[in-house]
Amino acid sequence: MSDLRAAVAAGALGSEQNYRELLQAIVECARAIFGAKASSIFLHDDETDELVFEAVAGEGAGDLIGVRFPSSSGVAGWVLVTRQPLVIEELEQDPRFAREVAESTGYVPKGLMAVPLLHEERALGVLEVLDRPQQAAFSLKEMELLGLFASEAAIALDLLQKARLARAVLEDEGTEATALARLAQRLSDAEPEQQEAAERLIRAINDFLAS
Amino acid sequence: MEDLPAWSLPADAAQQISIGEEWPERVTRDWAWGGSTGKGVSVCILDSGVESGHPLVGELDGAVAIARDEGDDVSVSEDTEGDLCGHGTACAGIVRALAPECSLHSVRVLGAGFKGSGPVLLGGLRWAVEQGFDVVNMSLSTTKRQFAELLHELADTAYFKRTVLVASAHNMPVESYPWRFSSVISVGSHEDPDPQTFFYNPSPPVEFFGRGVGVEIAWLGGGTIRSSGNSFATPHITGICALILGKHPELTPFQLKNVLYLTANNVGGGR
Repeated sequence: MSDLRAAVAAGALGSEQNYRELLQAIVECARAIFGAKASSIFLHDDETDELVFEAVAGEGAGDLIGVRFPSSSGVAGWVLVTRQPLVIEELEQDPRFAREVAESTGYVPKGLMAVPLLHEERALGVLEVLDRPQQAAFSLKEMELLGLFASEAAIALDLLQKARLARAVLEDEGTEATALARLAQRLSDAEPEQQEAAERLIRAINDFLAS
Repeated sequence: MEDLPAWSLPADAAQQISIGEEWPERVTRDWAWGGSTGKGVSVCILDSGVESGHPLVGELDGAVAIARDEGDDVSVSEDTEGDLCGHGTACAGIVRALAPECSLHSVRVLGAGFKGSGPVLLGGLRWAVEQGFDVVNMSLSTTKRQFAELLHELADTAYFKRTVLVASAHNMPVESYPWRFSSVISVGSHEDPDPQTFFYNPSPPVEFFGRGVGVEIAWLGGGTIRSSGNSFATPHITGICALILGKHPELTPFQLKNVLYLTANNVGGGR
């Protein structure tokens, strides 16, 4: 049983690692394509109503993962609650905002683009691109490009959340999933005639539930 | 005059529903809003609150905050906190710049955390429609299907009660509301720097494009900042609606949308 659970949990854990890498690849790619100084993905934590850094490329990479701030504050908060992408320039001219950002990121951008990460009905988080080059005026084409990255990031974030949920379920003894995993283990350990009878029983339960 | 049944018009009653003002053969911007300042028109900013007294906003004629009580119930109270994040102030400043003498009201539905934002948004919109504001600016949307039906009903109620809802469209492939409903005026962005330039979109659901790129917006604490997004294209169309209603207060939302169409830059009736 513990072997099977460990095996399934390893799958969930492994996939979480993959999705984290995918999120990291998305911010690296967004940063490179926009020629920006940094790019980050925030996940909205339903439990605490906070935004959490999940992936960071460029400035701030390395020490921001896991840093949290309230979902109703800052530009990321605007974007999350309004579900509307936004671009802001000349941010450094606003000392109040600059201080607020510096406190949470340790880095004050001149400008930023932020887009909500929407998957099916849910707003999962926010993707930000900080300090794209200022020489060219911002264009709607960039907004569209940002939207494409956001669609990709939203799917990765959704998968990451599901992998975390799967791990939590597997690590929690006494849940239905654990009971089912135990059943599967007993079945594979059983004698052939016991297996045959058990499989008949499982088929009957399946037919009963399907009727 | 007694109200006529909604579904019939007796032969001798046609006169009772005559349209007060004849429209010219060619609807121009001068006819539509020339000389108007938006005076007499009430505009509601359904957003994060508005900083009253901001140089770009001026004074508000009313401000309430919507809060969630137990379950999905919401309460309405006078808003003493102003704008919690700046988004509503930015929208209000754009409306004020276009329609300097309109009456501005704030209904705060954002800023008190992300959770429960659906019921608060619905409660705020319901309250705004009940008040009978002439125009409601909604630079926001929800993706929750469970709210779509109620939002749709409210949008239709508003439409028939002569409250025009102007809502930000999404430029991403997601289902969100209320901008997708035909009873609202939905707005996306164009890149032209002229605040009165707007376009009709012959390929809905986005119906109009307003100025949404590099807009100087009001920022908390009395400052300004440059920003882009459909959030800011929407109050441009709201402001133009306020100008039109200031000159033609008798217009229904259906007629107003027609005037917008006829005066759009890509339609013959322009300047």
